[in-house]
Amino acid sequence: MWLDLGLIVGKIAVVFIGIIAGAFVLTWAERKQSALMSDRIGANRAAILGIKLMGIVNSVADALKMIFKEDFLPPKGLRFLHAAAPVFAMFPVFMTFAVLPFGPTITVGGKVIPLQILQLDVGMLYLLAFGSIAVYGVLLAGWASNNKYTLIGGMRATAQMISYELILGLSLIGPILVYGSLDPGVMATAQNGYLWGWIPKWGIIVQPIAFLLFLPAAMAETKRCPFDLPEGESEIIGFATEYSGMRWGMFFLGEFAEIVVLAAVLATVFLGSYQVPFLFDAGEKLGMAGFHFPWGAYLPIAEWAVVALRILSFGVKVLILMWLQMQIRWTYPRFRYDQLMRVSWREMMPIALANIAVTALIVMLVA
Amino acid sequence: MENSIFSGNLVAFLILFGATCALVGMFLALSAWLGPKRMTPIKGEPFECGVISKTDARSPYPVKFYLVAVLFIVFDIEVAFLYPWAVSFGSIGVAGFIAAMIFLAILGVGLYYEVSKRVLEWK
Amino acid sequence: MELLRHIIFWLFAVLTVGSAVVVVFHPRVIYSAFALLFTFFGVAGLYVFLSADFLAAAQILIYVGGILTLIIFGVFLTAKITTLDIPHQTHQRYVALVPIVMIAAGLFTVVKNTVWPTAPLPHHPTTQVIGELLLTKYLVPFELASILLLAALIGAMRLARYYRKRED
Repeated sequence: MWLDLGLIVGKIAVVFIGIIAGAFVLTWAERKQSALMSDRIGANRAAILGIKLMGIVNSVADALKMIFKEDFLPPKGLRFLHAAAPVFAMFPVFMTFAVLPFGPTITVGGKVIPLQILQLDVGMLYLLAFGSIAVYGVLLAGWASNNKYTLIGGMRATAQMISYELILGLSLIGPILVYGSLDPGVMATAQNGYLWGWIPKWGIIVQPIAFLLFLPAAMAETKRCPFDLPEGESEIIGFATEYSGMRWGMFFLGEFAEIVVLAAVLATVFLGSYQVPFLFDAGEKLGMAGFHFPWGAYLPIAEWAVVALRILSFGVKVLILMWLQMQIRWTYPRFRYDQLMRVSWREMMPIALANIAVTALIVMLVA
Repeated sequence: MENSIFSGNLVAFLILFGATCALVGMFLALSAWLGPKRMTPIKGEPFECGVISKTDARSPYPVKFYLVAVLFIVFDIEVAFLYPWAVSFGSIGVAGFIAAMIFLAILGVGLYYEVSKRVLEWK
Repeated sequence: MELLRHIIFWLFAVLTVGSAVVVVFHPRVIYSAFALLFTFFGVAGLYVFLSADFLAAAQILIYVGGILTLIIFGVFLTAKITTLDIPHQTHQRYVALVPIVMIAAGLFTVVKNTVWPTAPLPHHPTTQVIGELLLTKYLVPFELASILLLAALIGAMRLARYYRKRED
């Protein structure tokens, strides 16, 4: 029993460190990449004993600055809700990652350990359910601050988030139909199947439309450019106007952590999770672990190396998707609010519904 | 002990919940504890781009936002209905397909009505 | 293990009832709405105890993610109420007694006649079973639900158009 508890705590520690490290690096990468794309230099001032690490030290300085800044409380605001709002911005992000597998199920000394914190039969629904709580961050922040701008900004942000949450939910039905399960662990296993023996059955290949719907909806959910109307850096004042110090930092740490988690969801559902094409473990191919290529070639690899490759492949996929989100952010201009609502309700919704119908038809005909 | 929800998931969930609360609480506490508190009446004024605010900040807003929330619930419930359908799709076959298509079509009509009446247009 | 289960159960039960008490008695509506969030969570936790994991997730998705957002939007719309103290004294106590007794009697009969499982239920996936039942045995309610949702949709839009006409 203590071993079980230790494993749970260990897995949670790995995931938390992963998310926080990812978010931390993102705050730096964001500045460097935007600088690169607009021909600037970017963060390069902060140094510890002359060591700058290409500006990574700036992120440390930022974090320290936020902790030591004044923790402003609007005197006419609602104190309790003002403090609760940033909690709701961060809390769901750390809760949702739990259902995603970050590696295959491994067996150590006869003990089967899935590299997934919660193996839920309702995994994807759990993800959506806890994801939907993030709305309260902006909603309560807008109201509790006692400021007209924050209220309007909070309402705008809430309407945007709930509109795109629907697209997230509807676009996931396609992959669920294909894989027949809500558990991301099962989805991950299913993605080591092959169409006609050689095309990996990854989500992006069997459900390309769902992927194209999910990616922008996920970006709208993180409130990032081109969907950054709730809080547009220097131009639009939004729900976080009356926040300072770490409370403000929590909103934006939450936002960066959300980018990591959504990249992980995208990787799990659409990019084959931890799978590497044609790589099988001993259990899947009668004790012959390694690459089994469709033309019959076989490259044997040690069992531990298969596990390591798979965990690595998950990490690489998440990094690529994080980079992609950032690239999109700095490439496209912002939507107008009417365009934003039109895109979700009038354009993405019908496509998402049609995708469900067509997918169901194809799945039924194939079966 | 073989009851999976108690042996594994529920305990794991509670530990996760506790860890998340501790992490988030730590951020809140650090800032409240280490940050200076130098409040002045001017600083306490709501920020309205330099204009002194006269009216109550909590003013009514367009009813359209409320409408978005209502429509959201309708389609959210639809999502909750479709998830079990999608999971059991393999075992119910053609009958399940037709039933779900009727379900989708009825809500599709709703979506079409909503779009055609232009209720969600921001002008 | 038995003890742990009891502790967790009581945590959820206290969370549900305690936050429900706050919902009823807090003088400011916005805090009542906020407390309702924890009530919904507690109920979801109790569903988990009944091995109804799909129901628990759907509870959070729909009630916490959707309906409570709508309630809070409603609170915002009626903004002035939040700054007033709502009086809590009851009117017409004796008349109210009649429905209270009736509801209490109904609940009591249900509690009395239900066979309560005393041992923890074996956990097995419910989502697929729910899906199959929805599309076979409960097909008519399933389709009726879509019509109900359609009615809600149209009703909401009529309301919004009414308000917009008044604004013009």
